[in-house]
Amino acid sequence: MSELTLRQWLLTDAPTSRRHARLASLYQGWLTLRGNTMAMFGLGILIALVLMALMAPLLAPYDPFVQDLSNRLQPLGTEGHLLGTDSLGRDILSRLIYGSRITLYIVALVALIAPVAGLLVGTVAGYAGGWVDVVLMRITDIFLAFPRLVLALAFVAALGAGIENAVLAISLTAWPPYARIARAETLTIRSSDYISAIRLQGAGPLRIITKHIWPLCISSLIVRVTLDMAGIILAAAGLGFLGLGAQPPSPEWGAMISEGRRFILDHWWVATMPGLAIFTVSLAFNLLGDGLRDVLDPKDDNR
Amino acid sequence: MTALQIDTLDVWFGDGYDRVDAVKGASFAVAEGESFGLVGESGSGKSTILRAITGLAPAWSGSIIVEGMALTGRKRNRAFYKTVQMVFQDPYASLHPRHTVDQVLSETLTLHGLTDIDTRVMKLLDDVGLGGKFRFRYPHQLSGGQRQRVAIARALAGEPDILLLDEPTSALDVSVQAEILNLLTDLRDEHGLTYLMVSHDLAVIGHMCDRLAVMKEGEIVEVMTADTLRQNNAQHPYSRELLNASIVA
Repeated sequence: MSELTLRQWLLTDAPTSRRHARLASLYQGWLTLRGNTMAMFGLGILIALVLMALMAPLLAPYDPFVQDLSNRLQPLGTEGHLLGTDSLGRDILSRLIYGSRITLYIVALVALIAPVAGLLVGTVAGYAGGWVDVVLMRITDIFLAFPRLVLALAFVAALGAGIENAVLAISLTAWPPYARIARAETLTIRSSDYISAIRLQGAGPLRIITKHIWPLCISSLIVRVTLDMAGIILAAAGLGFLGLGAQPPSPEWGAMISEGRRFILDHWWVATMPGLAIFTVSLAFNLLGDGLRDVLDPKDDNR
Repeated sequence: MTALQIDTLDVWFGDGYDRVDAVKGASFAVAEGESFGLVGESGSGKSTILRAITGLAPAWSGSIIVEGMALTGRKRNRAFYKTVQMVFQDPYASLHPRHTVDQVLSETLTLHGLTDIDTRVMKLLDDVGLGGKFRFRYPHQLSGGQRQRVAIARALAGEPDILLLDEPTSALDVSVQAEILNLLTDLRDEHGLTYLMVSHDLAVIGHMCDRLAVMKEGEIVEVMTADTLRQNNAQHPYSRELLNASIVA
């Protein structure tokens, strides 16, 4: 099949099979996303981040853990150390490259836990209504009432320091806003005619929530998650900075900033380079989230 | 035999001081195979009667008997869903935006415990005059009339006896309205359906129905045959007013 006919096949107005319809709809979404330059820029950075994490051993010029005290606190552009070295003489570039693995690990785990929990709580509360709604939403309110980092600190203190516990603590503090969004979406969806119609066919609440309400909530949650990713990375970095997340000598970006803090006036690059990395990835997630909103918004009928 | 019998039906929204009575003491009966119309201006409670029958209205009292089954509260059993189906007013709101026509129909067929889904989906699409090329489209790839045809196909999927039509054409263009009304007439002949149709349009009701009830402020003021309507013999002053208004328009 040539390029042109494949494109025509994907853009058809009359799909011929279930797979065809799904692929065509995906392709339409991709075209919309591709039209958004900033979103593509964000996506490009994130793909680069994933590749960097995958090929860290090939890309990194040095072992991120090997110390060289005679070579400590070298400035940017030093021979062999493009981004300089930290207080123990470790190559900052190599540490950043390996640190991308930890960042992705945190992002992936939080993105798996928090929105799913929020979606479950929110849609059930919104659809069931009555006392179920009251109980679930008051629990959500209680979680929301705590300052996020403080609650995460309390969890980490209770569970013990470490990257997994930091992820768990962040997830526990991150789900309530998703529950709120999912509930609000559910409330507008549940009184719509298409939900009444499927109820009239005898569908039970489980089917209605999972097959009819979730697909419409998920898109706004995905957008919100990508926009929150920046905050999640920063929270993880914050916990690392406070010494409650990733533990040294792990090259987690927040922990690296924390280490560089001691030399921030004389050797600014030690803290700045991981800071720039966090900034770049957070920005990429925000840009992508903005573009995804255009693609996924279920209220947009033009698509 | 009576397909649908409604006696002293009250439907209300809210409680206490907020209580709004949408339907007050409505009584009528629809015979099997008959097409019965409910006419009235907006807010007269005609659609609310349909919602009470299907269990979508919050609170009601009185009696609703469908093919000998007395209904209670808001719960309806499987036999009810097999007997009564509804076509909604706005085809732009009654189809799930993320489901293809195929998903809509095959899910409905599955819910009714039917097998041989593929052939049945094709037959339903043929029945409503859409044909196979529309099968895998999303609602946004369909026109209003085509959407309403899909909604009618969905209502027919479980092979019901009674179809509740909630202003099925009011959201459509005039030319498309006629097509949908003709389709509904044909389907009724083919499947031997009983219709309970709500409309504010006397011409539509006169065209589609054998008998009709005129509603005003939640009450049925007059029940007459379509012939009475056509001969301009309505008794109640409000019916006459409605009739005159529609002739002028």
